[in-house]
Amino acid sequence: MSKLAIQLPGLSMKNPIMPASGCFGFGREFADLYNLNQLGAIAIKATTEEMRFGNPTPRVAETPGGMLNAIGLQNPGLENVINKELPFLSEYDVPILANIAGTKTEDYVRVAEQVSKAPNVTAIELNISCPNVKEGGISFGTDPNIAAALTKAVKEASEVPVYVKLSPNVSDITEIAVAVEQAGADGLSMINTLLGMRIDLKSEKPVIANRTGGLSGPAIKPVAIRMIYEVSQRVSIPIIGMGGIHSAEDVLEYFLAGASAVAVGTANFVNPYVCPEIIEELHEIMSEKRIDHISDLIGRSWKSCYSPSLSR
Amino acid sequence: MTIVHNRQIANQIFEMTFTGELVSKMTEPGQFLHIRVGDQVIPLLRRPISICDVDLEEKRCTILYRAEGEGTKLLSNKRVGDSLDVLGPLGNGFPLHSVVEGETAILIGGGIGIPPLYYLSKQLVQRNVRVKHILGFATRKDAFYVNKFEQLGETAVTTIDGSLGYQGFVTDYVNHENPAFDVLFTCGPTQMMKAIEEQMNPNRGYYSFEERMGCGIGACFACVCPVKNDSTGHEYRKVCSDGPVFPQGVIQL
Ligand SMILES: Cc1cc2nc3c(=O)[nH]c(=O)nc-3n(C[C@H](O)[C@H](O)[C@H](O)COP(=O)(O)OP(=O)(O)OC[C@H]3O[C@@H](n4cnc5c(N)ncnc54)[C@H](O)[C@@H]3O)c2cc1C
Ligand SMILES: Cc1cc2nc3c(=O)[nH]c(=O)nc-3n(C[C@H](O)[C@H](O)[C@H](O)COP(=O)(O)O)c2cc1C
Ligand code: FES
Repeated sequence: MSKLAIQLPGLSMKNPIMPASGCFGFGREFADLYNLNQLGAIAIKATTEEMRFGNPTPRVAETPGGMLNAIGLQNPGLENVINKELPFLSEYDVPILANIAGTKTEDYVRVAEQVSKAPNVTAIELNISCPNVKEGGISFGTDPNIAAALTKAVKEASEVPVYVKLSPNVSDITEIAVAVEQAGADGLSMINTLLGMRIDLKSEKPVIANRTGGLSGPAIKPVAIRMIYEVSQRVSIPIIGMGGIHSAEDVLEYFLAGASAVAVGTANFVNPYVCPEIIEELHEIMSEKRIDHISDLIGRSWKSCYSPSLSR
Repeated sequence: MTIVHNRQIANQIFEMTFTGELVSKMTEPGQFLHIRVGDQVIPLLRRPISICDVDLEEKRCTILYRAEGEGTKLLSNKRVGDSLDVLGPLGNGFPLHSVVEGETAILIGGGIGIPPLYYLSKQLVQRNVRVKHILGFATRKDAFYVNKFEQLGETAVTTIDGSLGYQGFVTDYVNHENPAFDVLFTCGPTQMMKAIEEQMNPNRGYYSFEERMGCGIGACFACVCPVKNDSTGHEYRKVCSDGPVFPQGVIQL
């Protein structure tokens, strides 16, 4: 078996790399650039029951080593995703992690029920952490009881395993993680963006029309690493790690912290070829560092078998 | 891509030429490039810049940019021989087939919206289309490429302070002169394009839009704009992949 293959609930991955939700659309644009079969999995853009236009523009702004976005869950709606977007992706031999969102529990349940029936959707990513929508979104992700209740409802409706995508905008992320694990989550995705803001010196107004936005990119990597380090010691379900991954070395760091797979978000905007490049780089770095299998690294920063051989 | 030259040509305006294989794909005027301005993570995102001129034989592409913010200032510091990470050509440009031999195209640009009109004008002239240009700048110090446009066809320049050409905005000039034309092509601030549309009410018009971008290829939904007269409130176009050029009446100006 390949050194990079990873087996997670619902996700049988050739390698642990997937593009993160919202940073890859529904794959079409990237399919023009490279063969998507190279990817371990694909997390599609958040899907809501109804089509959504999202927030006014400007929706993005730059920050040192990162960016703010307030897209506002724009998407073509469940029906279009099932009839137009997913069939396109079914031409590829790549498991799809369907990111779903809603404003009420019933919305989430209906989307989960239907999207999980699509033949190429092998897992659901429950987005309870979008900071850019007024209703729903983040409010589901900040209260352990609400998060657990939603997880339970979605688990019952879904025909495939459910990953819960956690928000970093809480004081104790382990509390939420444990609550959703107990409610039946098959895995966790962490982290979503950190709530942030920028103000323009000329206009003296916020740069983003929505005023606040979600911070992503290299700037948030240490926050994500810390949270995964903490959570992975408290739960026994796997974690898909994300936040500022730009290189194979970043991937190793996530594994050491406790992730079992990773998602690459903002880096796709900086270099659209970044995912296949990281996969290639990973193959090389694994041989170079004589790592037998990438799963050997999971959580090694806190497990007793720590070995210093990884430093270059 | 390798930089062949990078020099200042007007107040804060730089002209950069680079060469590489990618240039052979740059055949459509109005398309843009997504340029990585540094190797580090600050600034992180690429910068969208229009293609201003292309020499397909020599495989050279020219861009004009205003060095104002962090990214474009870094670009202005690049030296001859440096390599440039360029993604593109991206988006859909001005449709050349929308105007036929013998017709008159009017090209109206404001400030840093002017660059893509140059490659457009060159290609229209090659197709024996008559071109008229109206170029708007803030002051004489900000003006660029006036001679180059004059070589292609009738060219009017306006400056807000009157230090060069007609005093006022391009729309003041249009109001005053009422130029005849068959097709309109315009690029500049949305306010300018809106005023032009209202005044000139063209039968055939093409507008080039700007919006803050994330990916530049249609994946992130950062650059969307609402379509005109959409009662559902859901319809949109992406400036990066459906535009930046849109025909009259598609986008809400
Ligand atoms: C399709 C298209 C074509 C363009 N063509 C040209 C051109 O030929 N010449 C030129 O000088 N400028 C052009 N622009 C505008 C140019 O992209 C911005 O001026 C530039 O990105 C500003 O970067 P900065 O680092 O100097 O500014 P900063 O203010 O430091 O940039 C911060 C962020 O804001 C974004 N941003 C700032 N202003 C704009 C803007 N007007 N449009 C989109 N994003 C912006 C930047 O990309 C960056 O992500 C074009 C924009 C678009 C969308
Ligand atoms: C433009 C943009 C759109 C996003 N949209 C979604 C989304 O629809 N659903 C979701 O769960 N996360 C979304 N995210 C969050 C990312 O999936 C990811 O969790 C976050 O950006 C951190 O990873 P990164 O630093 O590699 O980008 C979005 C992020 C960005 C930058
Ligand atoms: S910039 Fe990403 S969709 Fe246009």
